[in-house]
Amino acid sequence: MDSILFIIAAIAAIGCGLNLVLQTHPISSALSLIGVMSSLALLYLLLGAEFIAMAQMIVYGGAVMVLFIFVIMLLNAGAEKRSDKSLFAQIAGFPLLAVLVVLLSFLIRQTFPSTVSEVSFGEWVGGTAEAIGKQLFTKFLLPFEVVSVLILIAILGAVVLAQKEID
Amino acid sequence: MIDRIPLSAYLILSAVLFGLGIAGFIYRKSVITVFMSIELMLNAVNLSFVTFSYDNKNIDGHIYAFFVMVVAAAEAAVGLAIILTVFKNRGTLQIDEVDSMKL
Repeated sequence: MDSILFIIAAIAAIGCGLNLVLQTHPISSALSLIGVMSSLALLYLLLGAEFIAMAQMIVYGGAVMVLFIFVIMLLNAGAEKRSDKSLFAQIAGFPLLAVLVVLLSFLIRQTFPSTVSEVSFGEWVGGTAEAIGKQLFTKFLLPFEVVSVLILIAILGAVVLAQKEID
Repeated sequence: MIDRIPLSAYLILSAVLFGLGIAGFIYRKSVITVFMSIELMLNAVNLSFVTFSYDNKNIDGHIYAFFVMVVAAAEAAVGLAIILTVFKNRGTLQIDEVDSMKL
């Protein structure tokens, strides 16, 4: 059951990620990104991270993606124009990227052999909201407060940027 | 039927998603899609954090993933405001047409 869910979520994530890169219309890319985020939430649940899975759905799948789609609709962004890329990028780009990913996968398999490190659903459920809240307000209290100031600054910055005419 | 998934499967999935994010970041020409590729890369890193957290049976990775989410939300707000301003001033979303700082 675990492996079926993992395979479904992994295929959905990779398929939606490919669709994000290949589609020319921003709205299709945004919808694919929502697919990636939903399947990642399922993977987080399989890893025992309940709180992060829910935060993923609410913050990413909800708030951030609504912001993206709102901006796409507001700017009436159409399909992007194909522009001329360099010949080197056209020929060598994707093969080099494939080499990078294969190399990374090889290193990962060497570092974490499948007999030593395994994941099985329910073996460790540490990511409850209670446990995360406790850590957040004891060990990570200073970073938590700093990040709240950061998000306040980001809100003010967004307001200032969006209202001002810059020439 | 195997009921246990190797840890490396999660990490490889994370690497593949990160690679797709890089591809989108470099190949796409629409500012909004470039921005979405950055979000994809952040998500891939989050998956790695949560996986390592499971492997170590330690909750710290979840907290880091949470902070990454907060920073990504802040980044999305500021970045989309910048995109709005650029569009207001230039009337384009093509990333290679915004080149006034190019030598």
